[in-house]
Amino acid sequence: MTGATLLFLIIGLGLIAWFFGRLKAAGMQSGGKHSRSALHSLPNYHGWYVALWAILPAAIFLAVWSFASPALITDAALTSPAAAQLPQDAFARAAILSEARAIASGNQVNAFNPLSQSMVEPYRDAITYYQMIGTVAALLLVFACGVYAWLQIKPDLRARTKIERVTMLVLLLASLIAIVTTVGIFLSLVFESVRFFSMVSPIDFLFGTEWNPKAVAGPRGETGFGAIPLFWGTVFIGAIIAMIVAIPLGLMSAIYLTQYAPAKFRSWMKPILEVLAGVPTVVYGYFAALTVAPALRDFAVSIGISNASSESALAAGVVMGIMIIPFVSSMADDSIAAVPSAMRDGSLAMGATQSETIKKVLIPAALPGVVGGVLLAVSRAIGETMIVVMAAGLAANMTANPFSSVTTVTTQIVQLLTGDQEFDSPKTLAAFALGLVLFIVTLLLNLIALRVVKKYREAYE
Amino acid sequence: MNYDQKILEPNESVNMTDSATTAMNTESGTPKMTARHVDVFYGDKQAINDVSIDVNMDSVTAFIGPSGCGKSTFLRCMNRMNDTIPIARVTGEIKLEGEDIYASQMDVVQLRARVGMVFQKPNPFPKSIYDNIAYGPRIHGLATGKEELDEIVESSLQRAGLWGEVKDRLDDSGTALSGGQQQRLCIARAIAVDPEVILMDEPCSALDPIATAKIEELIHELRGKYAIVIVTHNMQQAARVSQKTAFFHLGTLVEYGETTDIFTNPREEKTRDYITGRYG
Ligand SMILES: Nc1ncnc2c1ncn2[C@@H]1O[C@H](COP(=O)(O)OP(=O)(O)O)[C@@H](O)[C@H]1O
Ligand SMILES: [Mg+2]
Repeated sequence: MTGATLLFLIIGLGLIAWFFGRLKAAGMQSGGKHSRSALHSLPNYHGWYVALWAILPAAIFLAVWSFASPALITDAALTSPAAAQLPQDAFARAAILSEARAIASGNQVNAFNPLSQSMVEPYRDAITYYQMIGTVAALLLVFACGVYAWLQIKPDLRARTKIERVTMLVLLLASLIAIVTTVGIFLSLVFESVRFFSMVSPIDFLFGTEWNPKAVAGPRGETGFGAIPLFWGTVFIGAIIAMIVAIPLGLMSAIYLTQYAPAKFRSWMKPILEVLAGVPTVVYGYFAALTVAPALRDFAVSIGISNASSESALAAGVVMGIMIIPFVSSMADDSIAAVPSAMRDGSLAMGATQSETIKKVLIPAALPGVVGGVLLAVSRAIGETMIVVMAAGLAANMTANPFSSVTTVTTQIVQLLTGDQEFDSPKTLAAFALGLVLFIVTLLLNLIALRVVKKYREAYE
Repeated sequence: MNYDQKILEPNESVNMTDSATTAMNTESGTPKMTARHVDVFYGDKQAINDVSIDVNMDSVTAFIGPSGCGKSTFLRCMNRMNDTIPIARVTGEIKLEGEDIYASQMDVVQLRARVGMVFQKPNPFPKSIYDNIAYGPRIHGLATGKEELDEIVESSLQRAGLWGEVKDRLDDSGTALSGGQQQRLCIARAIAVDPEVILMDEPCSALDPIATAKIEELIHELRGKYAIVIVTHNMQQAARVSQKTAFFHLGTLVEYGETTDIFTNPREEKTRDYITGRYG
């Protein structure tokens, strides 16, 4: 019996347990139609109580078993006479064992190594043996725990309380998964970065100005892992050019929507902007690479900038800014809408015009929220990959000329990890170090932004 | 401010040239604002029904009545704050010193500088105390220099009885003051543009008794300098601060007269029922 079949069987048994639990509890529900039930909890809860007792311990056992049994199986296979012929070399041994296991469990048909073939039989036996133990134990658990729970059913059993506690635990686990995963990613980034920094000094990496990664160090020990040009490119595109586009346009759009737009227009416009925020960035990337970049290059050439590149910081930055407008607009919209209307009325009642009210009261009052939104937007922009990969180029230039090609952290991560690379060369590991820097910077930006926004919200409690 | 030629109502006898002289010259009280046959609708719903009333310079006028009877609605007509509510529609005639405030040539900005408003909940701007007061004078260009502005700020705060408490902390945020101080700051803010009328919509309902007493005292002091209209749900307050009282019920003006008359000898059954606490 495979694991999946067994699991379905257990769930099926659980449903039966639910039925019996419910039946027994319902039988205890005495009294006439309108008298208060003698049961503490509704029969349904008793049903679930028995069902969960039947399913959960068995499921947990299976999970543990599926982790533990491969080691047990290998140990058992190694005690067979055929194992005596295996080579002593750990590496060769492991290769043979894994081949034998693949054949035994039906994932592979023929062995390359005749030794593997000889190990298949012992493996098959061990697998069958341990699977049987697992199955029998799981089914026994289902029955034992199910019957135990069923016997527990009494009118005053607090089944509802217990079910609710289990529900809460499940919800807690669900919420932890995202956090645990993020921590795991962070740790793996740190781990790989430490390996990288054992080959390249962190000082050279963080403050070096030459980005030209090589697999081996040059004659003077230079490695070409100076990341400053990448940091500059990232800031230039994501925090400068994109924000020059996104902040004014997003703010103006928010002001129009909250203050001037007729309710009908607003009710159309807001959802449309929100949908725009969900357009895949690769679409914007096409737009940047195929439309904006050539147009900008032609424009640059026409005004006499001869070295304008067809991949430019400006094209990537402008399109990224446009991509972020809905985001800034929606954050600013929320902040302006959160300013109490009493503030607006107070200003209007002083004889201020609407635009004076917006300029002198609403925007200053909403500013912290807007700043928080902008910081979040920056953190999105510097982590954005597709647009810059498609439109910004690969040349690690340290230039403030928006018409020249620059490269960013994310572009270089893609560059370093694609193609044939050894997994532990500094070139590949550099991608992790870059990822770590990006991770830390965006995390800090988000933390600051959320703090600012929260402070601001408190001010208007 | 100089409003030379006024169109006078037939029963107005005193020739007004300046709001200040008006205040001194009137004995029986010349109407500062007059409302005739005012109806207000929110969409299809009528909130004010045929209200006519005169507001005098030398007396504080109180609007009382059960909640939802339209006191705030009518008050907001008097400086056209109802313009900010898209579904609100006002018909009839409201005049400020004979000028129809709903006429097309009336500038709302000017009107609101002349008819200031204080709200139910103190709403200082999230700016410094100084900037709160200077806000109006700045947008109306009332001060030519920093010194003049300083003077306006000081005198407004003094009139609002707040100067002593805040003179050393003018740079602190207005929102950092206590509720009662915030409300006096809002009154000072309204005074700073030198209005002729001040409308107050339940200015004490969010304040404790001590802060309330201070505001009432302030209203006493401001009386005569400005025409004051105060909406209150507190009848003792109306009796304490006002000389004229208007009783609203279901959007109509039931009775309007001397406060002492309204409270001791009302003409209308409804008024008597309300002030004796039989309903409302
Ligand atoms: N902005 C508005 N939109 C629609 N109806 C309103 C609005 N403001 C007030 N009303 C209605 O007008 C009536 C009078 O309200 P209001 O003037 O606030 O009464 P009061 O100040 O005497 O308690 C009420 O029935 C209220 O529901
Ligand atoms: Mg009201």
